[in-house]
Amino acid sequence: MSAPETRTAPAPTAGGGMAAVEAGARAAAKSDRATSSAAKTATFRVWRGDAAGGGLVDFTLQVSDGMVVLDAIHQIQAEQANDLAVRWNCKAGKCGSCSAEINGMPRLMCMTRLGELDLSQPVTVEPMRAFPRIRDLVTDVSWNFAAKKSLKPFKPRAPDAPDGTWRMDQRDVDRVQEFRKCIECFLCQDVCHVLRDHHKHDEFVGPRLLVQAAMLEMHPLDTEDRVDDLRRAHGIGYCNITKCCTKVCPEGITITDNAIIPLKERVVDRHFDPLAKLVQLVRGRKR
Amino acid sequence: MAGYETVEHDVLVIGAGGAGLRAAIAAAAEGVSVGLVCKSLLGKAHTVMAEGGAAAAMGNVDDRDSWKVHFADTMRGGQYLNNWRMAELHAQEAPDRVRELEAWGALFDRTPDGRILQRNFGGHRYPRLAHVGDRTGLEMIRTLQDHGIHQGIDVHMEVTVLTLLRDGDRVTGAFGYDRERGRFRLFRAGAVVLATGGIGRAYKITSNSWEYTGDGHALAYHAGAALMDMEFVQFHPTGMVWPPSVRGILVTEGVRGEGGVLINSEGRRFMFDDIPENYRGQTADDAEEGWRYTQGDKDARRPPELLTRDHVARCIVREVREGRGSPHGGVYLDIAWIAQKLPDAKAHIRKKLPSMYHQFKQLAEIDITSEPMEVGPTTHYMMGGIRVDGDTQMSTVPGLFAAGECAAGLHGANRLGGNSLSDLLVFGKRAGESAARFARENRASTVDEAALEAAAREALAPFDRGTEGEGAYQVQHDLQEMMQDLVGIVRREDEMERALEGLAALNERAARVGVTGNREYNPGWHTALDLPNLLTVSEAITRSALDRKESRGGHFRDDFPEKDAAFSTFNTVIRKGEGGRMELGREPIPPLPPHLAQIVEENR
Ligand SMILES: Cc1cc2nc3c(=O)[nH]c(=O)nc-3n(C[C@H](O)[C@H](O)[C@H](O)COP(=O)(O)OP(=O)(O)OC[C@H]3O[C@@H](n4cnc5c(N)ncnc54)[C@H](O)[C@@H]3O)c2cc1C
Ligand code: SF4
Ligand code: SF4
Ligand code: FES
Repeated sequence: MSAPETRTAPAPTAGGGMAAVEAGARAAAKSDRATSSAAKTATFRVWRGDAAGGGLVDFTLQVSDGMVVLDAIHQIQAEQANDLAVRWNCKAGKCGSCSAEINGMPRLMCMTRLGELDLSQPVTVEPMRAFPRIRDLVTDVSWNFAAKKSLKPFKPRAPDAPDGTWRMDQRDVDRVQEFRKCIECFLCQDVCHVLRDHHKHDEFVGPRLLVQAAMLEMHPLDTEDRVDDLRRAHGIGYCNITKCCTKVCPEGITITDNAIIPLKERVVDRHFDPLAKLVQLVRGRKR
Repeated sequence: MAGYETVEHDVLVIGAGGAGLRAAIAAAAEGVSVGLVCKSLLGKAHTVMAEGGAAAAMGNVDDRDSWKVHFADTMRGGQYLNNWRMAELHAQEAPDRVRELEAWGALFDRTPDGRILQRNFGGHRYPRLAHVGDRTGLEMIRTLQDHGIHQGIDVHMEVTVLTLLRDGDRVTGAFGYDRERGRFRLFRAGAVVLATGGIGRAYKITSNSWEYTGDGHALAYHAGAALMDMEFVQFHPTGMVWPPSVRGILVTEGVRGEGGVLINSEGRRFMFDDIPENYRGQTADDAEEGWRYTQGDKDARRPPELLTRDHVARCIVREVREGRGSPHGGVYLDIAWIAQKLPDAKAHIRKKLPSMYHQFKQLAEIDITSEPMEVGPTTHYMMGGIRVDGDTQMSTVPGLFAAGECAAGLHGANRLGGNSLSDLLVFGKRAGESAARFARENRASTVDEAALEAAAREALAPFDRGTEGEGAYQVQHDLQEMMQDLVGIVRREDEMERALEGLAALNERAARVGVTGNREYNPGWHTALDLPNLLTVSEAITRSALDRKESRGGHFRDDFPEKDAAFSTFNTVIRKGEGGRMELGREPIPPLPPHLAQIVEENR
């Protein structure tokens, strides 16, 4: 099998050589089609206002399919409404700042391509509903930060090696890394009916922070016990496993099945299964 | 004047990326009260975007590695303009700083025997980057954030600092506004740490976010501190080029570290054609050896795609200029070819480069496991910044400290990938500790009301001009376009002279910018307030680049394409002079002490 072309063998070869160029040209043509830079007109129906109230305002602009919704919002900001408020940072789906409801769906504006939307209809862009409004697309998400503080922090076991380090198996790490992928976009919080419709912010920490709790509880080094807190302070019982949170997570975290259900099992084991409780007491550990 | 709220801390840290968080944690550990200010929400700073990893010579994968080799690599990459004391401390302390993250909950990828796995990266002799797939920055910032919130630090989210306060020579606090309501806030402090990140928004094509407007650089400059090495801007070789709206978004070097190769439109792996003399001994002879290197063969040398970023970026520019580019003005980066080598290549790529896979799939409809990517250079990192003392991170102004990307010194003329994340940890900690010590001895002092009044008036002036003034976005856009064209990867005297004239004109336009709407979360206003900072750093970059009549590291002059030994003896320094004019100077670099000179020699 030949390696990509080398200095000593300048003739184009397979793999990274001419084949790559052909594949690249194909891909470029395909992405040209997909992103058809031919401009067209689209209307964005953007919620504007503040805590006191507001409404949808239409903006019409020239767009191309390769753009994402955040590009359109920036274009409106630059050309038509300098003071249109929006949060963003990375524009690459990594920071979780640009959460909004696009055509009613909780999504990241920077990862929603216009090509996947029906541009013959106005595209509605609204702020998240589960949080108090500040201005336009910006909401007050500070509750999430405060609620996070109520989780007991990470508490590692004593180091495994004399140099103060630990040994961990990649498989144990992988399981928890799923939860650590969370970019704190709070879209799952936005869609969860317990917060969105029933406003139980004081009694229920929401799926994002249950992911965080699962991360800590399943962390290979952690020794803290959060099971009682989960039941009482964090209100895990409010979750009735509708899985709406999992559906909207842009990081593809299987919030309900991999985080919440295992936590619920721990709570049930501890509180309603005397035998499990006894075993846990005897072994003196949580898992 | 307009009212303001006052808060007081012993140490005020401005910036909540890796450097700011680490500094705040360190200061809090010293037992002083700490305030932490950031323009965005907590956890959203630039650090979250870092992909490849944090460099630390732990030697977990190759036990020939040591701090000495890391030191020598950093100096070679920086073309010996580095502050060698910082390069020494960085190489020595990075392993402990990375391990400490693990004690705070970070979960790095593992070696088969359960230790922290390390990966190859450009310019590093051995596999050295601790990483988590290609989302290392997220792991780092979240670990620091989740640890930091339990250390009694007061966090002021979405607050932008406009100016630093001084009492005599000493910095004693900061003045800014909250984005949500647009109200002013006064921070009184015994010491201030700047950790504000970079300047990428001065350019049109960049991997950086809106936050990177060089605020810390400008704040320090106006407070009288010296800036250094401002001519050295890193253009990362591989940014996305298509579709237009994603132009500049980073494609991690990790793609090349995992075996990705660069190909021109003729199918040629052009990086083999131009290997700099001082890297020849460390570079693979052929593709086969390069591949073995990426797969961990200790006897193999690295492929030329992993040469330093400045070099790879210029090779790409050359291919494009000479007509061998890809359809959208880049070159091809191909990782899919490894299917020839690995049976389960597709799954392997998705596992090793998950966010790259996702990013191309979602934003460009390209499947990187079967198609090559189109890539081209993007403005990425600022080597230059606030001149600091290597041990304490204090700037040339008492009470003002700097760490992370906004500080200068560690990276010299060119930063090695992965050396930034470790920089944040090592010097964030040192800056926080030094600031705490300074604050214990120097209390916050009286506040100059007149200075506050002036700052507030200036900040609100764009509202008075309203629709009569030009919008801030247009001025920012024209600045970015100009810097990209005239002070970009390839520089020339006449073009940079034109840039200086352009900057003068833009300064005048910026002074007349008008803002509509009110003070609550008004991005038009925020952009207007960021403009003067962008203009200050752009001028500093241009003046420094004009003065360095040679090519070295990130700085390339078409009219002086060679390295010149006469320029290897000093750092370019920028200060605010009499009458507010920008002054340029040259500070000699102290000679390497014998023990470090010997390390450099042994690792030639
Ligand atoms: C896409 C990408 C990938 C990268 N990958 C790597 C990598 O793999 N390895 C590596 O070592 N490096 C990498 N880097 C570089 C590295 O991520 C950055 O250099 C580093 O994160 C900078 O950290 P910092 O703490 O200095 O600043 P930042 O993380 O940028 O934080 C700056 C902070 O300052 C605040 N701030 C700025 N101005 C003000 C103001 N006026 N008032 C108040 N607050 C202010 C901001 O809000 C923010 O909180 C990458 C960079 C990018 C863009
Ligand atoms: S599964 Fe539970 S946490 Fe998720 S949205 Fe439904 S009720 Fe909320
Ligand atoms: S779990 Fe997913 S949806 Fe929820 S905050 Fe994290 S990334 Fe966003
Ligand atoms: S801007 Fe960072 S996730 Fe959209």
